[in-house]
Amino acid sequence: MKKKFLLARDTSEINLPRASDDTSDIVLNIYRGGPNQKPENSYDSYRVPVSRWTTVLDALIYAKERLDSSVAIRYSCRMASCGSCGMKINGIPRLACYTKISELGTHTITCEPLPNFPLIRDLVTDFQEFFDHHKKIQPYIQNLHPDPSIDKLSEFEQTPQQVDEFLQFSYCIKCGLCYSACPTVATDTKFPGPQALAQAYRYFADSRDDAVEKRLSIVDDKHGIWRCHFAGSCSKVCPKGVDPALGIQMLRSHMMSITKKPKKRLAELRETSREGS
Amino acid sequence: MEAFKDKQDSNKWSNREGLKGWLNPTRYGWERLSYWLMRLTGLFLLLYFVGHVYETSNLVGGLDAWNAMLELTQTTYGHIFLILVIGTSTFHSINGIRLIFAETARGLGKPGRPDYPYEAGSLNNIQRSGIWVALILAAAAMLYGSSVLFGGE
Repeated sequence: MKKKFLLARDTSEINLPRASDDTSDIVLNIYRGGPNQKPENSYDSYRVPVSRWTTVLDALIYAKERLDSSVAIRYSCRMASCGSCGMKINGIPRLACYTKISELGTHTITCEPLPNFPLIRDLVTDFQEFFDHHKKIQPYIQNLHPDPSIDKLSEFEQTPQQVDEFLQFSYCIKCGLCYSACPTVATDTKFPGPQALAQAYRYFADSRDDAVEKRLSIVDDKHGIWRCHFAGSCSKVCPKGVDPALGIQMLRSHMMSITKKPKKRLAELRETSREGS
Repeated sequence: MEAFKDKQDSNKWSNREGLKGWLNPTRYGWERLSYWLMRLTGLFLLLYFVGHVYETSNLVGGLDAWNAMLELTQTTYGHIFLILVIGTSTFHSINGIRLIFAETARGLGKPGRPDYPYEAGSLNNIQRSGIWVALILAAAAMLYGSSVLFGGE
């Protein structure tokens, strides 16, 4: 198929590839770009039939399977569990599998790659930097001093109230939408981003974890938690109700109270953390 | 393998939004608008501060120099500038107080078990009310400033 490179909103006079005569067709504009594709910032447009429950991912798969197999998309579970199909849909980062065409209220859908992630091709972006930030905050329970009275094979017991402290933040599926929406990430490559900081709070708030100071010393950096300015966009786009902005403010609140403790100890921990990494 | 990875990395297109990422306040609701206005008013007040230091430094040039400088603020454009100073400083102050509370986790709600449709607890009506109050008070202060500055003409 011969491709037509179009501007996203300039579709009125274009002879679109037509999938069917269904009256509920939409125009699906897909960003096309990659290392070996020119011109830059171009879009291909497809006419796709939709029904009431058609999701953007359904439309993309239709376009890829029946209209243009060269479209690059990434998806897996199709049920908002894996976080693979994050992309900018009509200007806002969303999961394609979780966004119904009908809820967008328009017949023109524009899909672009997630901002703030390096582009690989079309709608596929590289999550390496995002995952590096996530790993850096040591997202696992560390408990060096378990209660010796507890049988080593038994689980750590928690009350429902203790679980509620962190459960919300453990629902993160690492889809990167919050990272993509964050205005600080847009300008600071060293900022860990809402996902990593919310996960720092998730382990901080977990009663089983005792690496509180160590983890706080990682996020206590001039490019760390203090760069968050509570724009709230991360929580706005989160498809799982994780509310990263809440976690970050909670963590920052605790950090402000921890400054009453000797700063020397925090500095030592930070130095140890750097040597370790 | 390393060379292959380097080549791959160089091929990837940087897709960072940069400044235009935070210059567009319309996509993410009131909180993002507040974030944008906070920066914009902060930059404006910084410019005003520099201008204000320059203005008051004219005092060392004597009474005539000082009066000549003051006359600049008595023009229509001078009044409009002062009204903007009133509005931006009011918004920046009130919203700043809201942010002091928010960034110490006051008025954000508590973590809980999220239910569909997953409305974020931190983007609640307390926060939005704070933003609206800042906007309304800034508008009211600008109106009052206008009535004082232009009322006598």
